[in-house]
Parts: sequence; structure tokens; C-alpha cells
Amino acid sequence: MKEDAAELYRQREKRVNDAIALKVPDRVPIEVLFGFFPAKYSGMTIEEVMYDPDRLFDAQLKVLLEFQPDMDQAPFAIRFLGPLLEALDFKQLKWPGHGMTTDHTYQFVEGEYMAADEYDHFLLDPSDFMVRKYWPRVCGNLKGLEKLAPLRGVITYYMGFNLSIAPFSLPEVAEALAAMQKAGAEAARIAAHSRRYTQKAREEGFPMQTGAFTQAPFDTLGDFFRGTKGLMLDMYRRPDKVIKACEKLLPIMFETAINATRMSGNPRVFIPIHKGLDGFMSKEQFKRFFWPTLQELMQGLIKEGCNPCPLWEGDCTSRLPIIKDIPAGKACYAFEATDMFKAKEILGETVCIRGNVPLSLLIAGTIEDVKACCKKLIDVCGRGGGFIMDSATGLDDAKPENVKAMFEFTREYGVY
Amino acid sequence: MNDKLVHLMADLKEKETIALVKELIKEGTDPTEILDATRAAMDLVGKRFEKEEYFIPDLVMAGEIMKGISEIVKPLLKKGAASIKKGKVLIGTVAGDIHDIGKDIVTFMLDVSGYDVLDLGIDVPVSTFVEKTREFQPRVVGLSGFLTLAFDSMKKTVEALEEAGLRNHVKVMIGGGQIDDEVRRYVRADAYGKDAVAAVNLCRQWIGG
Repeated sequence: MKEDAAELYRQREKRVNDAIALKVPDRVPIEVLFGFFPAKYSGMTIEEVMYDPDRLFDAQLKVLLEFQPDMDQAPFAIRFLGPLLEALDFKQLKWPGHGMTTDHTYQFVEGEYMAADEYDHFLLDPSDFMVRKYWPRVCGNLKGLEKLAPLRGVITYYMGFNLSIAPFSLPEVAEALAAMQKAGAEAARIAAHSRRYTQKAREEGFPMQTGAFTQAPFDTLGDFFRGTKGLMLDMYRRPDKVIKACEKLLPIMFETAINATRMSGNPRVFIPIHKGLDGFMSKEQFKRFFWPTLQELMQGLIKEGCNPCPLWEGDCTSRLPIIKDIPAGKACYAFEATDMFKAKEILGETVCIRGNVPLSLLIAGTIEDVKACCKKLIDVCGRGGGFIMDSATGLDDAKPENVKAMFEFTREYGVY
Repeated sequence: MNDKLVHLMADLKEKETIALVKELIKEGTDPTEILDATRAAMDLVGKRFEKEEYFIPDLVMAGEIMKGISEIVKPLLKKGAASIKKGKVLIGTVAGDIHDIGKDIVTFMLDVSGYDVLDLGIDVPVSTFVEKTREFQPRVVGLSGFLTLAFDSMKKTVEALEEAGLRNHVKVMIGGGQIDDEVRRYVRADAYGKDAVAAVNLCRQWIGG
């Protein structure tokens, strides 16, 4: 690594870590989720992004070097997905060539991938439910796995092997296993590109924002298994099962995050928050269904020396007094539409806050609008440290001149 | 009006509400009376939502109870007994966006509030909005979108309505995800609504009822 790059790397990491620790850094740090912005900036279609890792690498590096955020994100695991999704025949996303046109971002297909009466199976053995029920539903090429017997059956002495292993001889299962091998190779390619990018960014003096990913258990249950509507109704029709499922998911979500931080050596854990926002449930429901397992997850991560970095999507203003209950100076809360000034007032002594120049402004506003917004954020939220500048959500369609204004203004005006 | 039914439903007591409806039918209650009570209950639900006592899951649950009641009551209704609608609303998620949760709730709330709603679904091409506006002749066109790519799709849809000479015949309301007043100006819509009840109130203001 070049010496000045090493020094810049150290400075940038300290800047962000100081903000998280509620100390006053040398200036307000700025980080963004670039989303598909780098692709558009380099004239690539969404389809090219999802299938051409080398051009994606260059496009991402170009915005990194031009805009100079304090920390970056390797884009491969969430952008270079085409070959992996094809190997699986993945049903939970629509992407270019698979339900979307070449220039539209991939999108999630909501559904009840776990039926209401399958909670008990999930609670008994989540891995078994995943492998034999869930995977065959969300991956066309893993359909054969539904022919498997529960693997836990081998617990019954030698004879258990007969019952549990025999289905592996079925042609449908063999096909599914072959698809998994192929998908495994694609997943390994994604990881290799991520490592290569992380290394390159490091050589240029830029750390990565986060080194692991996990979710609030309630979100995992809603996003991937029961669907938004299904889970909303479950809160009335089978509330105890919802709570039990969240508790079952908690150690799994924790383990996923810890394993990834150990592999990446980066303690910051990204946690996108989807279903706990204002309006999506009452305060009582939030306290009963959503917060307890998320709080425990974050506390557990902090105990292990990690920094939980949830992105509170939507407006979470009414949740602020509740989510304040977390060890001070260890987490970073990014907000999308939450009132940042209230957030500063309520969380200022406890959690670093990050956000939230609206995308409406970055797309449809003027450079002056963007600067005025950044100024107010720095004046109020930046006071005394504990603040990181960011756009409200992924930059995808933002106007480059507005993005540039956000970065330049923050670097100049944000000096402490 | 059966007050007990109104309150059970407005309090989202699903099992008790359905049981009472079955009992009332057995006793020979006029099914239109039951439907009137469910509409009154939905009015209460909407008011509680506006007062922030109720939230989206409560609207969804109320919708499920409504569906359960309709399944019991609808087959018993005399033909032609359908209530008179207040006015037509065309709605859809704009081109390139496949999100439907918010749009579905808006459609449901407009429907139970007595509007004749035509829901075009998700990822609706600009040309389909124009064509259906011409055919269906709505008073209000609702454009929904969750992603930022929806801004341009909304803008193009509004422009296409202008070019087709239809813009002056309709009010356009937008909503979802990142939508705010800045986006409303960009899209040149008449209004943006932050939730389903706001959409109903806009229609009341524009159409009446």
C-alpha cells in the first residue's frame, strides 16, 4: 500500500469510528449506499451490472475515486447476481431478462413462502424447513430437495441412515445437488470479486463501511417467509407463534453476523430495518413483536466488540425513545425519512446518527437545495460529533451534480 | 344498524365478528343491513387510523374481516342490490415498479369508501394508463411507486395524459416510498398523499361523497 493511502485509510477509519463513539472527529464523515448509481454514471445498464463483474468493478472504483466517501461498499454481493440467480432459478427476485427490462433494478417478489400452518415445522427445525420446503419454493432448480427426508432422522442409530440418506439416490435430488454445486461456484466468484475490490479500495485508502450483514428477526420472518401482509395478520391471529419464531431466528441472525465479521475483520454490521417503521405497526406491537429480539441481537453484537449499523428505512420518528435503549457509543443508526433533528435530540447522547438527504432532492432538486439541506443537517445533527452525512437511501437515480454538491459541501462545511 | 357488529368489527375482533354475522344471517337479518354495518365499522377504522390509534396492520386486518363477511353475505344479496358508487378512480403502480402493498391498501380503502376503483396492477406501462383513462373515464388517477425510478415513470405518465388531451379531465394523485411534495412538483401531479386515508380524503375533496 502506498504510504499516503495507508495514512488516508487510517484517518478515514478514525473519522467514522470517532463519530460512532460519539467523539468529535476532524470533520463530519460522509458515506453513502451507491446502489446502482455507479452503473448509471458509467453508462452501464442494470443488466450489465448484474452480469459483468469487471465493468462493475471499474464503475464502482470510478465513483469511489471521484466522490471520495470516507468508506465504501463492495458491490458484488448485492449487484453481480445474475449468474447465481440463474443457477438457482431464483423466484424471489425479478431482474433484467427475468421479469424486468434491461434498465430496471431488480426487485423483490413478496409472498407467503411459508404458510400460516407451517410455523410448527419452522419452530421444530428451521434448517430442515429451509432445505426441504423453503428452498424448493424459492429456487426452481432446487425443487428436488422436497423429496429429501428430514436429515435429523439419522439420530436413530445405524438404521437412521437408511431412512434419511436413501432419498439422495433419487434423480430429482441429484439434479438439485448439481444445481447447488453450480450455484456454489457462482457464489464463490462473487466472494472473490468482493475480496479483490476490498483489497483495491484499501490500496487506494478507503475502508469498507460494513463487514457483515444481518436482519431483525421479525424482518427475516416477514420479508422471506410470511410476507408483509401474512405477518401483519399473524400478529392478530397467532401472536405467540410470531414471537417464538423471532426468538428461534435470533441466534441464527447473530451467528450469521458474527461469522461474517470474523471473516472480514470488519466489526461493523449492516442491519436494514424493513417492517418496524411508523405506520407499519403500533407502538405496542413494536415493543412486543419487533424490538425485543432486535435489541438482544444488537446487544449481543456489541458484547462481541461489533458495531451494529441498522438502516431504519421509512419514518421511525415515533420509535426513537424506544430504540434509544442500547449501550452508548457503540451503534450507528442510519435513518431514511425519520426526523433527524428529533433523532439528534433523543439519541444524541447514545447513538451516532447517519442520514438523510432525501432522494427526492437529489433527483429533482437543485444544487442549492442540496447544500441547504446538508448545511442544516451539519448545523444541528453534527453538533458535538456523533453524525455521519448520507443520502436517505441508495443513490440509484440521483443527479451526479447533486451528489457531487453533497460530498463537496460536507467536506468543506463539515470541518469541526 | 347493528351497533354490536359495528363495534366488534371496528375493534378487529375477527372470530367474534364472523360468528355474529353468521348468527344474524340465521336469524334472518337483511344482508344489506349487515353490509351497512361493516361500512360503518370501516368508517370508524379509518377515523382511528387518522387519529393514529390504528396503523397499517389494523387496516389489513379490517380488510380480512370485511372479506370474510362478504364471502358469507354476498351470495345472499339480490341481484342489482349493489350500492351506487360515488365516482371512478383509476389506480396502478407505474412502469418498472412491481410493489403493490401500498397500492392494494389504497385500492381497498377507496373501495370500502364507496368509490368505483379500477386497479391496473403493477408495472403498468404509460400507454395502458392513457388507454384505460380514455375507456374508464375516471375522475381521479392514482399513481403508486416505491422506488426512485418511479419518479420518471410518473412524470412520463402525466405527460402522456397531457399529450392525449386527458389531463384536464382528471386529477392525478401520487404516493408511496420516497414520494413527497418535491416529487409532486417534478411529476406535475395535483397532489401527493402520505397514506391510504389521505388518498380517500383527496378523492372526497375532488369527487365528493
